[in-house]
Amino acid sequence: MSTGLRLIVDQVSHAWKALNVLDGISLTAEPGEIMVVIGPSGCGKSTLLNIMGGLLAPLSGTVRTEGEIADDCLNPLTYVFQDFSLLPWRSVRDNVALVLEQRLSANAAAERVRDVLALTGLTDFAGAWPKELSGGMRQRVGIARALVVRPACLLMDEPLSALDAQTRDLLLDEFVTLIGRAGTTTVYVTHNLAEAVRLGQQIVVLSRRPGRVREIFRIDRPLTGRSADDPDLKDLEHTLWRIIRDDAAVAERELIDAPP
Amino acid sequence: MRRHDGPVPFRGGGFSPRDQWVAGATTLLQIVVYWQILAWVGVIPTLFLPSPVSIAVTLWHLTVSGVLWENLSASLARLMIGWFTGTFFGMAMGITAGLWSAMRSRVMAIVAALFPIPKIAMVPLFIIWFGIGEGSKIVTIALGVFFPTVIATMGGVDNVPRGLIRMGQSFGLSTGKIVRSIILPGAAPAILNGFRVTASIAIVLLVAAEMIGAERGIGAFVLSAGNLYDTDALMAGIVVLSVMGLTVAGLIGVLERLLLRWR
Repeated sequence: MSTGLRLIVDQVSHAWKALNVLDGISLTAEPGEIMVVIGPSGCGKSTLLNIMGGLLAPLSGTVRTEGEIADDCLNPLTYVFQDFSLLPWRSVRDNVALVLEQRLSANAAAERVRDVLALTGLTDFAGAWPKELSGGMRQRVGIARALVVRPACLLMDEPLSALDAQTRDLLLDEFVTLIGRAGTTTVYVTHNLAEAVRLGQQIVVLSRRPGRVREIFRIDRPLTGRSADDPDLKDLEHTLWRIIRDDAAVAERELIDAPP
Repeated sequence: MRRHDGPVPFRGGGFSPRDQWVAGATTLLQIVVYWQILAWVGVIPTLFLPSPVSIAVTLWHLTVSGVLWENLSASLARLMIGWFTGTFFGMAMGITAGLWSAMRSRVMAIVAALFPIPKIAMVPLFIIWFGIGEGSKIVTIALGVFFPTVIATMGGVDNVPRGLIRMGQSFGLSTGKIVRSIILPGAAPAILNGFRVTASIAIVLLVAAEMIGAERGIGAFVLSAGNLYDTDALMAGIVVLSVMGLTVAGLIGVLERLLLRWR
């Protein structure tokens, strides 16, 4: 797997017409680190992630990477989507293989796909259509598709928010294992504070719109040793909620009042 | 207040229609049987509307004598060349208009201006431009197929979820790969729906063009039979056209089952 990249966001601002969404965001995700971005609805978390991944050009500021990537890395900055974004007309195997087509020989691609399906527990579902899978299994396919390109940086946009609570807990544990094994830098956007403290090594709290960096927390505890009942993590979760609660309430009213 | 005892009634049925080809075939068969019975008992005068049996006998004679194939083969050739030409250019234009802003307004302006013109009215002009031979008939069919194909394809491309295209971009797939692997399969249901419409339009225009200027073809055959008041042959020609329509619809159904298995 690829080693992580350093991802540097420098004074990024963005607006949708007259609506300022992000204002002077500066962040650094260190190589191999999991950075979690939280904030109230509409604060620009997903916009920031799209800018980080090159899917959106910022109005001002820059995003750059530093570091080396492995030769077998086919897509250094790789997304995992909230809605899975699977092609319904392709089987699980073919969805994963899509991103290798025209880049690797058929044999090399098949071998990679086989390995990643085994890693994500999808081997028995290789021939299934996406419509035949549960939400959790679909997101596993999304993860498999992201890992098969051996990324240096994973950009995860609320990957568990479309799933039920039980599936979310189970998949979160798998994320910890898979991301740890891949050794990638990860930027993980969520509104779920329990996920943030379970997964984050750096937690960035954005303010309500226009999103600004409000606070940054670091958790030094290893990912594998963290549990949902850990009192320190619970405390941090409460602290995060205290910080964003008022903003979240105001943001909720702003969303309702916002023009379509 | 009032009491509300008893089992909860089921009210979740319906709104999930499925194709039942047996029901379709039975309906057609029933119509033919009633038609035959009404002709036998004399309710329908066979001079004006021949019975199904006499149409079948005429069809048999036309088949054995080779007249049917002589006309049918000419029509099928025109239909296929015209439909494939119109479909090819229509899809290319629809995809282009669906993907690139610079082309979208131009294509839509042309479609809005030319689509409403009845293509049958253009046939005499096409005969002047392309001659009385095959060219004018093929252009008539191709043009009739072209515009609905553009609209169906563009609509299909518009309806491909943008998230899937973003996914392709986020993995660095080339534009060509995104078009082939994401946009075309995503637009396929709408394009295939368009095929159903354009196949019928193509048959209508085929007959019209052949009636205006052709020596051979089902349209020319039907016109000739009408001029001679040979209602058996006329109805045989119409039955052939109907079978042609059913066959095309069946082929598109097979194509849908092959290409849209994932639905």
